[in-house]
Amino acid sequence: MTAEIAASHAAYAEARAAGAPEETATRRDFPPYRSSVLRHPTKDLRHTDPETIELWSPAFGHRDVHPLEADLTIQHNGEPLGERVVVTGKVLDGDGRPVRGQLVEIWQANSAGRYIHKRDQHPAPLDPNFTGVGRCITADDGTYRFTTIKPGPYPWKNHHNAWRPAHIHFSLFGTDFTQRMITQMYFPGDPLFALDPIYQSIVDQNARDRLVASYDHDVTTHEWATGYAWDIVLSGSGRTWMEPEGDDE
Amino acid sequence: MSALTPTPGQTVGPFYGYALPFPGDSVLSVQGAQGTIRLHGTVRDGAETPVQDAILELWQADENGDIVRETGSLKRDGHTFTGWGRAATDDDGHYTFSTRVPGPTEDGAPAFFAVLVFARGLLDKLHTRAYLPDDQTALAADPLLSSLPEDRRRTMIAEREPDGSLRFDVRLQGEGETVFLDFGRADRSAARR
Repeated sequence: MTAEIAASHAAYAEARAAGAPEETATRRDFPPYRSSVLRHPTKDLRHTDPETIELWSPAFGHRDVHPLEADLTIQHNGEPLGERVVVTGKVLDGDGRPVRGQLVEIWQANSAGRYIHKRDQHPAPLDPNFTGVGRCITADDGTYRFTTIKPGPYPWKNHHNAWRPAHIHFSLFGTDFTQRMITQMYFPGDPLFALDPIYQSIVDQNARDRLVASYDHDVTTHEWATGYAWDIVLSGSGRTWMEPEGDDE
Repeated sequence: MSALTPTPGQTVGPFYGYALPFPGDSVLSVQGAQGTIRLHGTVRDGAETPVQDAILELWQADENGDIVRETGSLKRDGHTFTGWGRAATDDDGHYTFSTRVPGPTEDGAPAFFAVLVFARGLLDKLHTRAYLPDDQTALAADPLLSSLPEDRRRTMIAEREPDGSLRFDVRLQGEGETVFLDFGRADRSAARR
């Protein structure tokens, strides 16, 4: 597995040296991730300009999400086991504008590396006090903030002795439907990074780094939780921004 | 050019099932209500095997082609049309939305549903469109559709079934591979309503 990943990366480094552009996105065709082999398109994506519907996103608000849904540690009667963490940052568009009032959804394994999902057969304990699902609506400055438990790494069947680095799944909406994305946030310094074909399907190190949160002592709270900061940049908005948002509603 | 580099996407993975679906997620318009139609189909991989762990999103205009600005998709009240929904595939790789027929958002353009596909094994999202099959003139005049060879063009047009349902199958790879879209950096001068 390590050799397969290294070969892909070496080919990319060689192409870069020969003048190929920097790759900032995830490759859909990345054979070390076995499930991708039959599930990636083989034809190039067709470039087209978005039409009006694609230049807007669905609207979400406090009718959709209760503020307490951003705290994954208070969804049951007791405290979940594990390392309490705060994960916070901003959702920005490609020009650095905050994405305000939009839905952020997260889901994750518990501290033992187990998901509450019937297909997760990893014999690690479920935590009766942890579901691992959170939602919030971004603030006016694009800020999201979740309180949760640091997820554990877990084994999967991609290859022998395969383990996913600890991660939190993030689902994001922008101002345009073209910006809609789902990704995974990782924790800094994870020893499993080099061995993980999903993380390594991003062949450029700078691009991979964009999925790794930073430990932030200013987010860490005294005698309560450690803090991580991670900003998310969506693709550019295709809307014209001559007038403030509120004018078109 | 964008000032900031976008954060890369990653696969939705296999374990979104207790997180992304929600009650009423695929019901944009309740069955039996006037104007409600079914949009459904099967997602298949390169071996024609149904994909049991895909999740699709639908985003559309209302019947008049107007953009909907209503909140409440996650807690549907059974009356408000929000224009957005989500449907996971079942064990047969099949998904179903209960919704309304969108109107075109551009004058003279054919109407379509914006469709987004996520799946285990799919490392990043895929955008496509499910065009309504009815307005042949508008379909024929559409620059995107006209630029495609017939066998590819067909993959973006939903099929009308005898009971009025719309069928839109998604093929991730192989023969009949769905046309997936890249919007790149949209033209900043793009017209808006």
